[in-house]
Amino acid sequence: MSYRQARYDEPLIFELKGENDFCLMSEDDVKIPEGMERTDLCLPDIPEMDVVRHYTNLSQMNFGVDNGMYPLGSCTMKYNPKYADKLSSLPTVASVHPCQDEDSIQGALRLMRELEKSLCAISYMDAVTLQPAAGAHGEFTGMLIAKAYHEDREDPRSEVIVPDSAHGTNPASAAMAGFTVIEIPSGPDGCVDLEALKAALSERTAAVMVTNPNTLGLFEKDITKLAEMVHSVGALLYYDGANLNAIMGMTAPGIMDFDIVHFNLHKTFATPHGGGGPGAGPVGVKQFLEPYLPVPRIVSEEGKYRLDYDRFDTIGKVRSMFGNFAVLVRAYSYILAQGGDGLKEVSQKAVLNSNYLKSKVVPTYEMPFAQLRKHEFVVSAKKLAKEKGVHATDIAKALLDRGFMSPTIYFPSLVEEALMIEPTESESKETLDRYAQALLDIANADPAEVKKAPISTSISRVDEVYAAKELILSWRMYQRKAGLK
Amino acid sequence: MALDRRMLDELGIENVEELFSDIPGEVRIDDIPLPKGKSEIEVVRQVQAMLAENLTADVAPSFLGGGYYHHFIPSAVNTIISRSEFITSYTPYQAEISQGMLQSLFEYQSYIAELTAMDAANSSNYDWSTALGEAATMCHRILPKRTFLVPEAMSWDKRSVLKNYVSGAKLNVVEYSYDPFTGELDLDSVREKMTEDVCGIYAEVPNLFGIIDSQAPKLKQEFPNIPLVVGVNPLSLALVKPPGEYGADIVIGEGQPLGLPMNVGGPSLGIFACRMEHVRKMPGRLIGMTRDQDGRRAFCMTLQTREQHIRRSKATSNICTNEALLAVAVSAYLGMTGSKGLRSVARINLKKAAELMERVAEIDGYDSPVFSGAHFNEFVVKAPLRPEKLNKLLLRHGIIGGLPLQKHVPRLVDHMLLTATEMTSDDDVDRLVTALREVAQ
Repeated sequence: MSYRQARYDEPLIFELKGENDFCLMSEDDVKIPEGMERTDLCLPDIPEMDVVRHYTNLSQMNFGVDNGMYPLGSCTMKYNPKYADKLSSLPTVASVHPCQDEDSIQGALRLMRELEKSLCAISYMDAVTLQPAAGAHGEFTGMLIAKAYHEDREDPRSEVIVPDSAHGTNPASAAMAGFTVIEIPSGPDGCVDLEALKAALSERTAAVMVTNPNTLGLFEKDITKLAEMVHSVGALLYYDGANLNAIMGMTAPGIMDFDIVHFNLHKTFATPHGGGGPGAGPVGVKQFLEPYLPVPRIVSEEGKYRLDYDRFDTIGKVRSMFGNFAVLVRAYSYILAQGGDGLKEVSQKAVLNSNYLKSKVVPTYEMPFAQLRKHEFVVSAKKLAKEKGVHATDIAKALLDRGFMSPTIYFPSLVEEALMIEPTESESKETLDRYAQALLDIANADPAEVKKAPISTSISRVDEVYAAKELILSWRMYQRKAGLK
Repeated sequence: MALDRRMLDELGIENVEELFSDIPGEVRIDDIPLPKGKSEIEVVRQVQAMLAENLTADVAPSFLGGGYYHHFIPSAVNTIISRSEFITSYTPYQAEISQGMLQSLFEYQSYIAELTAMDAANSSNYDWSTALGEAATMCHRILPKRTFLVPEAMSWDKRSVLKNYVSGAKLNVVEYSYDPFTGELDLDSVREKMTEDVCGIYAEVPNLFGIIDSQAPKLKQEFPNIPLVVGVNPLSLALVKPPGEYGADIVIGEGQPLGLPMNVGGPSLGIFACRMEHVRKMPGRLIGMTRDQDGRRAFCMTLQTREQHIRRSKATSNICTNEALLAVAVSAYLGMTGSKGLRSVARINLKKAAELMERVAEIDGYDSPVFSGAHFNEFVVKAPLRPEKLNKLLLRHGIIGGLPLQKHVPRLVDHMLLTATEMTSDDDVDRLVTALREVAQ
């Protein structure tokens, strides 16, 4: 299949000219206090149709799961069922204010309570908050809970341990909550090195953050021992749910003795990523941590739902209101549609797809660590880089020319020239075969040709150095640089 | 979703279970204790029925605001953000195939920079409250001291989120009060709370009471060396002097009034803009204009070395997933309103609120408005009974009442915030006035 993306020289909306036809025009005279009036406002005034064309053209210079396979490792870019779009934009979602009287938002409260229960069932945790707006936000919430827990026991702790293969958000979230972050190296098998963990653990350790399966797609086989070690020094074990898509119905963070877990609803539960967001990052905890969850908690009394703010040990709030409600509607609908049996099949198929695709591209691409993988795998283009000068980034760009999104590249950093591939359960054998063939073709292609890629996208290789040097971050900065203003 | 037998065969395995043999037996589970899956028809029916228990502002006249507002959203906004290429894409890591999203986000940053009169805006935070938290820690990075001054007239939600966001940097949050007559910030109180240890001052325009605070511009004049953070309702900036013109270092706010649905509170959009000199200390994703190999205009993510995926524990923020699609929605909305349309929406809001204020003032037992400052689209009323109770009574009349304020500002017993927007009809106001009169008796 050949691929060619639209290539318009679409101007910035600020460069468009026309007549504004917005229909609410009013010349009402209003009074703004002296000294507080705005003197000029320079937004483009153009007709609605031109705005629609502008953004339709721009959309054609973009690429989503609906365009083609999108196997970004750790991002779980699965198909987003369209019934969820429909349900999340109903007026009974869109036109409801979060501060309405409880009696007038019973539907929303009920949906959230039911979703909490579903997430408990999937994770084998005891209680869930839906408030965090994203995965990293969930991590931050989890770290605040860990801090509150230790402080409550009059045993304040200052350190959080993360493996070097962890997502960058883990250390960043722990640092934001005020912890000193200790990164430990992975062992020779790609899993957490228990000796290194032992050396790092102490009575200063507040929590250990673990992704399981980890970012190499490997299941932490010593998880039981690891949990024992963490708990034996009084620390909490945190589960980064970015890779939950691999294990639903097969194991669960609660069973693995994790104390806190976050879910990425925009990964595992099929809500679309919207070019970077919105997502939602609910957090689940074991019973003993439930008092620390953010407020309000949703409680049901005699068939009616009520918001409970009156909780002594709560960490308070991590964002306004209840969380990203419209995203919660999508995830709830998806979980209903899949059911317990369907979710288990999702994980089975995701793991099957990953192992199948891996079998097609190895040994052309090298496979560090053991062979069995979960929902994603990491291969190295080290050999290609050395022999032909073709690097991970070249491979990524060459895949774009073939109508595929590239894998995550250069992560995790412990693998040289890493390609981190997560096909998800959505892709068919036929698509996986095409993707594998594309990777093999690129490995065999003339390196000079590969280096020219991409040629089928709306622009050729972008100059990131120039962007950082010029630092043009807005229309007004552009005008200033161009001497227009 | 059946497993593809052909793939199992090629892998030489009988059963998919074999691919899970690395999970130790002691942590295996047999199933997920949830009901079996349902068809699309069943799911749609069930979820629709559940949500039908929500009362919407489309049906009931609503006078509720305080950060989230019932505004008119041109239908084309949803058409644009429903484009599959936008909604099903990920963060634009591969710039060459993601120019559509990158340019749209650059345009969003440009719109926010114009509205606030700042140089740069990031491509979104989660919401206003988390933007405030990030602004406070950014002030601490600009000026490494440990006291952050905030107004007493601020929502409880924001105060609580702020406390969590500054806990890592160990900042103290200290409140300054407001003038009980005008409702504007009390400059004397700010002077009183000012110490050597202050790393930033936060003010809101309009403030929690809906007042276009004419004292806010004096903060930078009086304290030129202290970073100033201003929180805005971006719609008001169509008419009101932008914070960039009175010395703000950082401008934050809630993007929801610019073409986003209320969504029971989320997702919404955290606005975050700053001066060029501070841009390297900023949280969040930034899109820059650049060129491709052939010299054509192009866009890509830039200054990523501030971010968590590169800098890990030393990053300016942990934010990764943001509210990108809603940033595109805001751009589409502003594209349609333009300067003229946005000004007209803002004018109508201001005028409707003024009319509502007068009508409520005529009712016995209600003090409206409580404060004398100039209002944008909401104002404070003292009611003859507890606002929570009042709202329950209004609900019986099919009306969504205003925001009770005591939870936010404890001394404002029996006070509530009433809001009007371009969606508020004369009939809505008549119905509210009649109901308020009735419940006061």
